[in-house]
Amino acid sequence: MYNLLIGGAAGQGIDTTSAILEKILKRAGYSVFTCRDFMSRIRGGHNFYLMRFGEKEVISHSYNLDGIIAMDEETINIHSNELKKDGFILCDTSIEIEDSRILKIAMEDIAKKLGNIRVSGSIAIGAVLKLFNEDYSNIEEVLQSFLDERYVDINLKAVKAGYDSIETRYPRLKGRFDDWMLLSGSNAIALGAIAAGIKFYSAYPMSPATPIMGYLATKGRDCGIVVEQAEDEIAAINMAIGASYAGARSMTATSGGGFSLMVEALGLSGMAEIPLVVVNMQRPGPATGLPTRTEQGDLKFMISASQGEFPRMVIALRTHKDAFYQTVRAFNLAEKYQIPVILLGDQYLGDASATVEPYEINSIETEYSNSEYSNEYLRYKYTKSGVSPRLIPMKSKNLVTIDSDEHDETGKITESAKVRVQMMDKRMKKLILIEQELHEPQFLGAVDYDILLIGWGSTYGPISEAIELLNSKKSKKYAALIFGDIFPLPQKLLIEKSKKAKQIINIEQNATGQLAGLIREYTGIICSKSILKYDGRQITGEEIVKRIKGGI
Amino acid sequence: MAKFHTFDTAWCPGCGNFSILECLKTALEELKKDPSEVLLVAGIGQAAKIPQYINANAFCGLHGRALPAATGAKIANEKLTVIVSTGDGDSYGEGGNHFLHNIRRNIDIAHFVHDNQVYGLTKGQASPTSDEGLVTSIQPEGNVNTPLNPLLLAIAAGAGFVARGFTGKKEHLVSLMKQAIGYKGYALVDIMQPCVSFNKTNTYAWYNERVYMLDENYDSSDKLLAIKKAMEFTDKIPIGVIFKEEKPSFNEKNSVLKDSKPLIDRKYDQTITSRLFKEFI
Repeated sequence: MYNLLIGGAAGQGIDTTSAILEKILKRAGYSVFTCRDFMSRIRGGHNFYLMRFGEKEVISHSYNLDGIIAMDEETINIHSNELKKDGFILCDTSIEIEDSRILKIAMEDIAKKLGNIRVSGSIAIGAVLKLFNEDYSNIEEVLQSFLDERYVDINLKAVKAGYDSIETRYPRLKGRFDDWMLLSGSNAIALGAIAAGIKFYSAYPMSPATPIMGYLATKGRDCGIVVEQAEDEIAAINMAIGASYAGARSMTATSGGGFSLMVEALGLSGMAEIPLVVVNMQRPGPATGLPTRTEQGDLKFMISASQGEFPRMVIALRTHKDAFYQTVRAFNLAEKYQIPVILLGDQYLGDASATVEPYEINSIETEYSNSEYSNEYLRYKYTKSGVSPRLIPMKSKNLVTIDSDEHDETGKITESAKVRVQMMDKRMKKLILIEQELHEPQFLGAVDYDILLIGWGSTYGPISEAIELLNSKKSKKYAALIFGDIFPLPQKLLIEKSKKAKQIINIEQNATGQLAGLIREYTGIICSKSILKYDGRQITGEEIVKRIKGGI
Repeated sequence: MAKFHTFDTAWCPGCGNFSILECLKTALEELKKDPSEVLLVAGIGQAAKIPQYINANAFCGLHGRALPAATGAKIANEKLTVIVSTGDGDSYGEGGNHFLHNIRRNIDIAHFVHDNQVYGLTKGQASPTSDEGLVTSIQPEGNVNTPLNPLLLAIAAGAGFVARGFTGKKEHLVSLMKQAIGYKGYALVDIMQPCVSFNKTNTYAWYNERVYMLDENYDSSDKLLAIKKAMEFTDKIPIGVIFKEEKPSFNEKNSVLKDSKPLIDRKYDQTITSRLFKEFI
């Protein structure tokens, strides 16, 4: 496995360089995982990508660098201490830093000679391919998919020039991932929505959720999806609820700040029993926080957002596989139980790209009931399960009345104490069925463990790497439980696995250990130690190991 | 064809809402609408109870959020006749931002604002359209804020159908409602409506003294004239279609929605998803 860092200022084209390089590596058979670390600005500053690739499946990042591709001096200043002793730094000849690991290529001069200074990145790509003993048979096709036709030729020449300017250093690893998909977590969520038959998407731009809207907007026309940029998040969620009421599968996505504006309408979905999928791509808060960074600070907010009590489901996205399949599942559960389902992702997952096995689509059920009631149709009919038959306006002669006020079976406002209790019970009863749908957390590690690590969402990758590292040494035995479905909290496996553990450590990207709190509230199980990180950067497997070994 | 009928209400005797409900029923009947094709959307307030009092599809959503919910529904199924009927606080206060942006969107919705220049359900506080000086329990020294002119704002923001009605002129109001429902795009009818309980200034007598109907010679396509008329809110208040122009509606402008059947009637095509997967390989 190799770890690269590609760094430069905003506007230097490192986005395109990384996207092209990771695609070529994937097509050469590698499993690739690339995460983005970037500042909230359009020009300047310091941005970088951590690109990891190997012959085994890669699901997290690492700062233990084999190589740095530096498009500016600052990249070297900041990151050279993360570079292995035998690593390399690829940079332009104009850079004056002294380091025995530096490999200089006259990228700017070559680019100028080729006639476009902006092809420096492609020269670097050529050099990296040569260093890792790759040929460039895939390059033309990849360049065509990323670049305007006019620029393909010159970039091809640039790749060739970079390739010829350096010697091979690393053996080629043989991977089996050439026919897997390579995509960002945001695109995986968007694809999941498409596969689930989404018809309407409304949102207000907010990092790091905007790429979901970006992908859907690009594909909307082909797929028959209306994507509407709302005037604010309140409009976005109310539009989605209106469209869902009228029979269109609908979703909205935002980050914590935008979600804060959506809170009242989340309750409307719960009260009026209108299916809704809401995605919260977390970033550090409160308020504006760190717009382009990552955190898991919204768990307790998600499970309690909105006044009053109503059934909901919160699903944390762990991987790029989850991002797709759980999105499909969220639509189905929202419709089945007529509830809001919240997908809880974060910047790390959303912006990182990963190699995943091609998704499979099962037949989806988007058909609503077209039955007609000869007597009065009761939108909120009391039933054994709590789920009332849902009709779509104009699909029958029956009238569909929904209400955000407490209402009777017909949907009319009521203040009756008796009806209030009956309706609350009817809604809350749906939780019994929802609890039967829960997926237990993923169990990883040694069967005969002493220490149980507990995490949720996007720390899945780093925690599973930590488990591998910890269990490779003989002395200790580690296991982990990583939650996807998180609210209602699945308890079965947690109770079973915690009994055997001598110590339980929760690992979370927040300051208060929100999952540990939730576990304690619902099960009484106590995590005796915590590894918490809230600096806006995703924890690595290596950091987890270091903190465990260092006494946390 | 099924008939429209109304139900018992929780409004104060003498409330202007009764006239609006009656006019709405008449307008829908005269347009030969079937209750099942009509969707009434409202937020919260006394006016916003109107969908509860007539047999049609009803979406009684959140305070201020009727327009976005109506927008979503109209996008999902363009065959629905979508009418937002709700109050001035709901439309211009809590929902002010949506009012502004739905004009820009020009989605095919008729928006009837029950404008009684005061908050009813919360018992008589100033609304965005309250006169300066209106004394309330919360504004004991009189409202000091400039009243919003919704018609002027709507015309300035680019609305294609802007009208004002008065609950004391029912036949006229029915005509305005019918025109607004028939208009292809966002149509605003601001309906002056006395609040007998909380607004002792803008009473039936007050309106009757001032209201006059725009005559046949009035050119509603003249935007500058319309702006002038919209600003007339002193001793004379014009009612009628103040401004009208044809412009493409949201559904006509949207490349997914135009020239095709309603969104909810389109079949899901799995082959498209499979093709999208391949783009990532």
